[in-house]
Amino acid sequence: MSMDSVEQQIDQWRAAVLRGRAVDGGDADELEGHLREQIEDLESAGLSGEEAFLIAVKRLGEVDLITAEFAREHSDRLWKQLAMSHADESERRPMLTMLGFATATAVLIQVARLLAGFPGPSSAWFVRDLSLFVLPVLAAYFAVVRGMPWRPAVGLAGAVAVLGVAVNVFPFAPGSSTDMLVAIHLPIALWFVVGVAYVGGDVRSAARRMDFIRFTGEWAIYYALIALGGGVLLGLTSLVLTPIAPGAIPEVMTWVVPSGAAGAVVVAAWLVEEKKSVIENLAPVLTAIFTPLFAVMLLVSAIGYLAAGIGLDFDRDLLTVFDVLLLVVVGLVVYGISARDTNRPPGVMDVLRLVAVIAAVVLDVLVLGSMLARVGEFGFTANRVAALGLNVVLLVNLVVTAWLIARLLMGKAPAVRIERWQTGYLPVFAAWVLVVVLVVPPLFGFA
Amino acid sequence: MVIGGLMNIDKDLVAAMATPLVLAILVEGTSYGYAILKRVRELSSGELEWTDGMLYPLLHRLERLGYIHAEWGVSPEGRRRRYYEITEAGHAQLTEQRRQWDTATRTLGGLWGLALPVARA
Repeated sequence: MSMDSVEQQIDQWRAAVLRGRAVDGGDADELEGHLREQIEDLESAGLSGEEAFLIAVKRLGEVDLITAEFAREHSDRLWKQLAMSHADESERRPMLTMLGFATATAVLIQVARLLAGFPGPSSAWFVRDLSLFVLPVLAAYFAVVRGMPWRPAVGLAGAVAVLGVAVNVFPFAPGSSTDMLVAIHLPIALWFVVGVAYVGGDVRSAARRMDFIRFTGEWAIYYALIALGGGVLLGLTSLVLTPIAPGAIPEVMTWVVPSGAAGAVVVAAWLVEEKKSVIENLAPVLTAIFTPLFAVMLLVSAIGYLAAGIGLDFDRDLLTVFDVLLLVVVGLVVYGISARDTNRPPGVMDVLRLVAVIAAVVLDVLVLGSMLARVGEFGFTANRVAALGLNVVLLVNLVVTAWLIARLLMGKAPAVRIERWQTGYLPVFAAWVLVVVLVVPPLFGFA
Repeated sequence: MVIGGLMNIDKDLVAAMATPLVLAILVEGTSYGYAILKRVRELSSGELEWTDGMLYPLLHRLERLGYIHAEWGVSPEGRRRRYYEITEAGHAQLTEQRRQWDTATRTLGGLWGLALPVARA
């Protein structure tokens, strides 16, 4: 009878351990095995079942502390399984906070639009500043949700202010390419600001950086889904309005589209955080589908380029295409690795990743080489410097990545090295984006 | 040493010792959680206070870093059990940690009059 009650107590204890979200069945087995062995040892020393259980549990330590330690070690599991743990009554508040910030950015962008008279001839600054009305709000949302301390929060606000002032005091020539470059790179710079807020200012932690990379992928997917839904809604709206008020359609669109697109940025971020458990991470799934396809495509292209050689009349904008290609490959590697069970031995997917990365590097070196050989012919423009710089940044990343994957396949380095390399490389990307936003325009006379 | 009582070792020091201690125990042979802790108790004559549960996250961390290799097996009593084995990287890590500990103990030993041999890797 006493034996039964000990069994029951062990079951209860195991259930309490499993309530820790980063603890999986295997871990619970391991801990339970430990507990049972300890109990047996104590019993053989003459203690009763009950006494032995109590002492064994005490020696293992408080369940909360153990599961917290597991969570620290397995933050990736936490990410995958983060169920909506908060009880029903407290579920409203985060949603209201989110809606508040989503409304704030939606209103902000309308005010800016009205001030700029968009769509109109004098609205160049509105297009350039678009992200300034949205992403700082998202960063503020995370700063609030994460309870970021004052000092880093003020620092972030300062960084946003510097960026905002700089890009607006720059005397861009109308329709200049530096203006375009800033319009493209400013959102990325601000996304890093969002990142700092997302990790609650804990920028040193590789695990938190990885979380932000995961967040970025999931956010993009959620945003695309919301945009699809929004497109259907707007299409139907215009069809429904056509018979009664065709003239009102453009008016409705200029109000709904900017606000909807801005608000959706915050909503998508909230969804990623809140619904992690509802949809299993999508980015790794898409990665698993596309890694083999891209590997084949890249391999065939690399062989093709090697066989045919690059013609003399290749497009000067080819470099931009290759920037996008390398970016996609980096994405495939990062999201593939992020979902990889770090303790599993290397497999086919790792081989495919290596093939994709090496083929991409070979392709890029070919293009880059022939580009640099004729740099005198083309000359440097702001666009070309931006494309070239990004290309070099990505190439360095991929060369090291290829080396690390190869070492992983040879069993000489754990997968975590690749993750560390990618998280460690984030500041390089951020620095380059800042250079394009703040240094390149003055360097090229805002042309 | 406090005679008759438990010597209290600073928490940070215990944490710093944990990795080399576990790796060094695994050098003696493949082992599992409970046995590793028993060995720790034995080696420290029970003076090293360790919350048993904290060993497992540590083992998982060492596994992720590639210092040890884990495999599920079955205990003689037929219970599922995870066995840990030190890897080559683990040996290298242990050598490095040992070098650091040797320096630390020799430095302090120089002051406190303990004669410690210079260890070779």
